[in-house]
Amino acid sequence: MAAPSAVLKSEWTKVRTVSSTMWTLAAALVLTAAVGALLSGVMNATYDDLSRAEQLTFDPTLVSFFGMMLGQLAMVVFGVLVVSTEYSSGMIRTSLAAVPQRAAFYVSKVVVATLLALVVGLLTSFVTFFVGQALLGDHSASITDDNVLRAVIGAGLYMTVITMFSMGVAAMLRSTVLSLGLLMAFFFLISSILAGVPATRDVARYLPDQAGSAVMQVVPGALDSDKLPYGPWGGFGIMCAWAAAALIGGYAVLKKRDA
Amino acid sequence: MIELEGLTKRYGDKLAVDHLTFQVRPGMITGFLGPNGAGKSTTMRMMLDLDNPTAGSVRIDGKHYRDLQEPLKYIGALLDAKNMHGGRSAYHNLLCLAQSNRIPASRVAEVLDTVGLTAVAKKKSKGFSLGMGQRLGIAYALLGDPEILMFDEPVNGLDPEGIHWIRNLMKSLAAQGRTVFVSSHLMSEMALTADHLIVIGQGKLLADTSMAGFIRENSRSYVRVRTPQPEQFKDAASAAGLSVSLREDGSFEIEGADMAEPVGELAAQHRVTLHQLSPQQASLEEAFMQMTAQAVEYHAHNLNDPGAAAAAAQADPPLAQNAPPAPGQQGQGPQWGKGD
Repeated sequence: MAAPSAVLKSEWTKVRTVSSTMWTLAAALVLTAAVGALLSGVMNATYDDLSRAEQLTFDPTLVSFFGMMLGQLAMVVFGVLVVSTEYSSGMIRTSLAAVPQRAAFYVSKVVVATLLALVVGLLTSFVTFFVGQALLGDHSASITDDNVLRAVIGAGLYMTVITMFSMGVAAMLRSTVLSLGLLMAFFFLISSILAGVPATRDVARYLPDQAGSAVMQVVPGALDSDKLPYGPWGGFGIMCAWAAAALIGGYAVLKKRDA
Repeated sequence: MIELEGLTKRYGDKLAVDHLTFQVRPGMITGFLGPNGAGKSTTMRMMLDLDNPTAGSVRIDGKHYRDLQEPLKYIGALLDAKNMHGGRSAYHNLLCLAQSNRIPASRVAEVLDTVGLTAVAKKKSKGFSLGMGQRLGIAYALLGDPEILMFDEPVNGLDPEGIHWIRNLMKSLAAQGRTVFVSSHLMSEMALTADHLIVIGQGKLLADTSMAGFIRENSRSYVRVRTPQPEQFKDAASAAGLSVSLREDGSFEIEGADMAEPVGELAAQHRVTLHQLSPQQASLEEAFMQMTAQAVEYHAHNLNDPGAAAAAAQADPPLAQNAPPAPGQQGQGPQWGKGD
């Protein structure tokens, strides 16, 4: 059994020495913060046009995180590439010849990328929150308000768990193109469509991104949306269950299949 | 020492590797020879525990690969030059692998120097030529200073100078007492490097012999004779007690290395005109092709009949108009391309 610290160190070197890491994580931060800032500014300017119900449930924290729609896609790309480039490059054979204990290899890779995603996710969520609130002017929330800190930390955790989910899917599919094609389409289109259609809305609530984003809400039923059947941590827990299932599936494939 | 016992790999209903049992011993170069699709690469991947065998086992110094502590220090392998992340520099590709086996970073610089890649160490490896990629793969194999080295088609893509270099490298590694296991589809390459030979075809073991033994058994010497008076020649030769065989193209073959002189004298005595009298030696490549003829999976399109292929290979190259390209030094028939 290779020393766990040695394998972790090796995986850290792998992550930090490819330029895609820098680009995807920077894109996640910039997209989330910039789109959030833009929407915050627009909301502030058009606040009076909102309906009475929307004004009553106005959730400035959630508004500043609107950019997550796009920013999460960059985290998806990061998570997918960390795993799938092992396969697309053929590096997986070299890696597994060096670390034949597949569990140690897989756990180390997931842990390193998850910790990095957590740091970037939290940095993103705090930057996004403060920039967004500054632009919301009179309608902004304070970090000391009830549940706001939970929502901001939750946004960072959301980005982390979406990365983990993506790593699990990539480990199952073993292909960059397949994984990105599936996850991009899912998070960008399919999930929102399912959530928008009344017939599928109740089911869509249990999809990883829909459930997970509950953790970013401060006001229940924010912006006159439907009440959710779970609380903020309940929703986040559902998302974690998805990620865990994907990661376990990914491990099963790695363990069983020929490299 | 590597020991394979009954190693078998089945893909669907096709046996890629069929109960292989052999040993790879230290202090020598063991050549692993077989045509395309013979199962060489699959066997090597199973030896590294990358592919799961359907049956059988591989032991490295008595242990299963996955039970090795820091395996790069036991066994270094070059499987495919492309098995590196192209977006990473040569140095970082090796560094992350070294770290996983607690090999110091200074060793990375050392092996890069050994293979002559120091100047491009900081360059992304996707810009590397096949030859440079091959050298990077060899650097990886040498990283842990292992006692066992495995190379899958190492001369592929190397220029003549590079081929010379890798041959000498393998010889010096074996001379240091290490186990060197190298695959190839070229008999000529093996004849120059290997001490021991393992030949497989369609996943089956065809030969497990010393190189010297293989040469002794398989290099047939004979004299070729062409004459406008075949009847007289045949009678004279039979009367003299020579064993003569008539070939399809009308020429004769007489077994033996130094038969040119007695055959010439015999012809003179009987006033038989000779148009050709030439000593011949069947090459090892021909012997290898004959051995694997039945087992070659991917025949060239016009060579459906393995017997015909073998017969064509036996003929004199200049006369064999319909034969595959002469199985000479680097010459490759269409069925001898790279990759399993």
